[in-house]
Amino acid sequence: MGNIFNLVYWIPLLPFIGFLINGLGRQTISKKVIGFIGSGVIFLSFCLSVLVFLQASKEGFVAQNISYFSFINVGKINIPFEFQIDQLTSLFLLIITGVGFLIHVYSTSYMNEEPRPGYGRYFSYLNLFVFSMLLLVMGGNYVVMFIGWEGVGLCSYLLIGFWFKNNDYNNAAKKAFIMNRIGDVGFLLGIFWLLSTYGTVSYNELFNSTGGLINPATANTKILTAITLLLFVGATGKSAQIPLYTWLPDAMAGPTPVSALIHAATMVTAGIYMVARSNIMYSLAPATMTVVAVIGLATAIFAAVIALRQNDIKKVLAYSTVSQLGYMFLGLGVGAYTGAVFHVMTHAFFKALLFLGAGSVIHAMGGEQDINKMGGLGKKMRITYITFFIACLAIAGIPPFAGFFSKDEILSAAFTNNPVFYIIGLGGALLTAFYMFRLLALTFAGNFRGSDEQWHHVHESPGAITFPLITLAVLSTIGGFVGIPEMFAKNGHKLGEFLAPVFESSTKILTAHHLPEQTEIILLAVSVILIVGVCFWAWNKYKKYSAGETAQSGFAKAIQNKFYIDELYNAIIVKPLKAISNVLGNVIDKAGIDGIVNGVGKSINYGSRQIRLLQSGQVGTYIFLMVLGMLLLFIIQMFTK
Amino acid sequence: MLGTYYTFPELLLWIPLVTGIITFFIRKESSVKAFALISSLLTLAVSIISLLYTDVKGHPDYFNYNNVSYVWLPYLGSSFYVGLDGMGHLLTFLTAFTLPLIFTATYKSQFKNPGSFYALMLLSQAGLMGVFVAMDALVFYFFWELALIPVYFLCSRWGGERRIQATFKFFIYTFAGSLLMLIGIIYLYLHTPAVTALADHSFSLRAFYNAALSPNRQTGLFCLFFVAFAIKMPIFPFHTWQPDTYEQAPYPTVMILSGIMVKMGIFAAIRWLLPLFPLAVHKFDNVVIVLSVIGIIYASCIALVQTDLKRLVAWSSIAHIGLMGAAIFSQNESGLSGVMLEMFNHGINIIALWIVVYIVNEKTGIRKISELGGLAIKSPTLAIFFVIIVLANVALPLTNAFISEFLMFNGLFLFSKWYAVFACIGIILSAVYMLNMVQKVFFGVSNAITEKVQPIDLRQKIVLSVMVITILALGIYPAPILHLTQDTVTDILLRIK
Repeated sequence: MGNIFNLVYWIPLLPFIGFLINGLGRQTISKKVIGFIGSGVIFLSFCLSVLVFLQASKEGFVAQNISYFSFINVGKINIPFEFQIDQLTSLFLLIITGVGFLIHVYSTSYMNEEPRPGYGRYFSYLNLFVFSMLLLVMGGNYVVMFIGWEGVGLCSYLLIGFWFKNNDYNNAAKKAFIMNRIGDVGFLLGIFWLLSTYGTVSYNELFNSTGGLINPATANTKILTAITLLLFVGATGKSAQIPLYTWLPDAMAGPTPVSALIHAATMVTAGIYMVARSNIMYSLAPATMTVVAVIGLATAIFAAVIALRQNDIKKVLAYSTVSQLGYMFLGLGVGAYTGAVFHVMTHAFFKALLFLGAGSVIHAMGGEQDINKMGGLGKKMRITYITFFIACLAIAGIPPFAGFFSKDEILSAAFTNNPVFYIIGLGGALLTAFYMFRLLALTFAGNFRGSDEQWHHVHESPGAITFPLITLAVLSTIGGFVGIPEMFAKNGHKLGEFLAPVFESSTKILTAHHLPEQTEIILLAVSVILIVGVCFWAWNKYKKYSAGETAQSGFAKAIQNKFYIDELYNAIIVKPLKAISNVLGNVIDKAGIDGIVNGVGKSINYGSRQIRLLQSGQVGTYIFLMVLGMLLLFIIQMFTK
Repeated sequence: MLGTYYTFPELLLWIPLVTGIITFFIRKESSVKAFALISSLLTLAVSIISLLYTDVKGHPDYFNYNNVSYVWLPYLGSSFYVGLDGMGHLLTFLTAFTLPLIFTATYKSQFKNPGSFYALMLLSQAGLMGVFVAMDALVFYFFWELALIPVYFLCSRWGGERRIQATFKFFIYTFAGSLLMLIGIIYLYLHTPAVTALADHSFSLRAFYNAALSPNRQTGLFCLFFVAFAIKMPIFPFHTWQPDTYEQAPYPTVMILSGIMVKMGIFAAIRWLLPLFPLAVHKFDNVVIVLSVIGIIYASCIALVQTDLKRLVAWSSIAHIGLMGAAIFSQNESGLSGVMLEMFNHGINIIALWIVVYIVNEKTGIRKISELGGLAIKSPTLAIFFVIIVLANVALPLTNAFISEFLMFNGLFLFSKWYAVFACIGIILSAVYMLNMVQKVFFGVSNAITEKVQPIDLRQKIVLSVMVITILALGIYPAPILHLTQDTVTDILLRIK
């Protein structure tokens, strides 16, 4: 094997070095240099990732395990700090560093108005984010994955609350961290269970196709179901699924490129990666698979409905991410691991594009995010408009754009598993098409609805912003061709072939029923026709939009208010917790426990004061007491004999 | 020389004891501070050197460097036996390492009658060292009290407004616990075999380990010792002295109290409670763990609604101690190793937290959380340190506490899955109250008072850098400490099983 794997630690290390340089030098280094270092380290990591990818795509490549030092070593527990590079990891490396690099470049221009210490801080956090995500996907065991897992949680906290003077942003940041923590606890418990059952958390020892500890022959379904469910709790936190999704829409508080990073290249895809990585365990736990599929599907629909009525350009995109992640989990749940990973990839392209496009719009509008006040921007911002349009086509799933192939793969797998999944999933896809084209129309078509001053300010963004947009638009257009379904081209699914070794054991466990080609073509045709129809409908409906949309029905209002889920959590968890805590602190502790402690002291005090009265100084009393005592002793002795 | 004329445990004891007594007689404030700092650095140097001689298995002669016994009360069967094993090395190092940091960080604080203040600080260090090196029950008891008394005076003379009330309770409460332990020690002593011809019984730890005890006696003795240690740690519901005392104590004292002194209880539980009464431990392990887990959740909840910085940190400490208590009584390798590591980590993390609280308090004169805000604008360096320290306190991976908490939770999980699930609620709650604190103190916009805050000075920067580096270093590579305490853990486990 090539010695590229001896250098593989540089892939995460470079962003870390960038983090240190930019973090420590944020006061002194000039902004140009900061931006250059920040993006440069990611670019170098990207180059290394390409080399790794090339190695991994060679014929007969086997997963590489590189162990560095013993991280936790106590008696029987030995958890090394190790990396594992296989096809899945190398694909994620490309996505993370590639899309990450584009976002860094974009940021150099987007954040230009930020004064120096803040600018350096921003880039250092961004580098740290990429570092954590790289650790997450490169880790060779669950503990190293967990380091990255919590690391991205921390970075999202730092970046969402980047403008820390604003307390709303701080609250959003805190919410993200805590929601993630709730999931992390599940993940952690899953690790403990794994460790206590198998004595190791290394993928190599657990999943190795030859002699791995977890295999169909010896699998204990009960334990595996418990472990996978716990791990999935972690995934619902990180990948914003029901019930832990509410942090992601609030995470919009951060600078827009950060949203792109969180939604596309890092963080939210972690949950998908984790399940794909643990695919053998999931395949052996059918109950969990159903849970994953149902939660994913429910989230996909639920978030898509909410997205229908959001008026903040970033909020629409945020809910769309939640919804798309739901699709990925649906794919995982029905055993279409390749499809889910494929969708991670295409989603990374078009969602990064959408966010960066939105950023370009927000930039041009001088910070305005309300799509009610936009309109007609296409005339002044051609590149942003066209690229955004491509992204909408891709996410809606119109052939031949990237999203079409991956979404189709997930939906057809869902159909084989359970046609109901397919029908609901298709419904979600139609909703997606609708809200995306509503967004597109409201932003770029029709007449401008903002002030004249804003209109005057609107301009196309500079090269550092348009370059990533164009690159991502190209990828969103052609990115799907790595996974052409078999029926269109023999051996067209290059990605599937590439990832096959990773999912080898699962494919054996889950005997896939292949759809007859005819059925597949019919499904495909139906979905495409419906989606295109919805796109036109939404476009026409909102193209001529002028006045403010008023929420007519109660349902529409509920949607606009996100079904009051935040309010619900607040009422059933946050407030009672505070109330209980107050009672514990002020009543139980002060009056109860401390009261008892003080009571003991007081009663001793009181008792002593009473006993003191015995010492009256009168000899008669003393003699009387003495006689009484002696009598008592005699009596006791008589009865005990 | 080494091992013949002096040994490490003696040096670690005598240096603070002697310099402490001398400090009483120094008048000038600056000389007092300099002298105390030099003394603590000297102890630290000895402690660092002692760490080079821990490999007793590989070098049997190192045993003599680490253990010494003097004839003391031969007719009682008590000798002045002090020695260092892995756990002893760890905790004496923690004590030696943190004291110079405490002195440096609070260098600017002015105390009335500085000679006495610093003398008492050094004496309490001597007491702590004594507890950690004692290999004889009488010696142990002696130093246990010696550590307590200086702290009592420190709090009652230099503390806050309600100091008298708070310290009185603290003293009576812990002293009552100590007396229960004394009864237990004497009772146990009477059941030990003779070691020398001069006395029928012996106070030595080894003799105690060999005492013949019926299950019922173990139960009774366990209760006596447990209450003493539980008060010291403190384990729920013996904790009520702590928040008040922490609130009222002067900062250097509270750092010693929360960073090192609570480790006395944990240390004693591992050294004395587990191996002496294994049957009783098996009998009561569920009870203690349930109390500890309740303590985690209970203290975390109360920390959520604290409005005072000092009280918040105090309650967070109770929650951490609860986890350690639960892990000790899980009685497995993972849990105990985690506790060992956590004893050190918690010492570093909470002292670091106190230092930041102290700096904030010193700069603004405020302790009320709601009256602060926006400090990150005025003192970004302090904010960065604080965020890292807070992250260590919520046990984020790559900070030291993650590994120790991982091991402890894992140990608890091995003991019982449900206990671990409940204890894990603490992980979530700790993030809530800690991040709340960060947000309210450092983020947001600054107000009239925080507007005027100056950046931190070089001395404090150095101290905090040392702490943060320790936090990260042990977060990435905890092997030295795990290795150091491995033998102690194995030894204890052998005695339980």
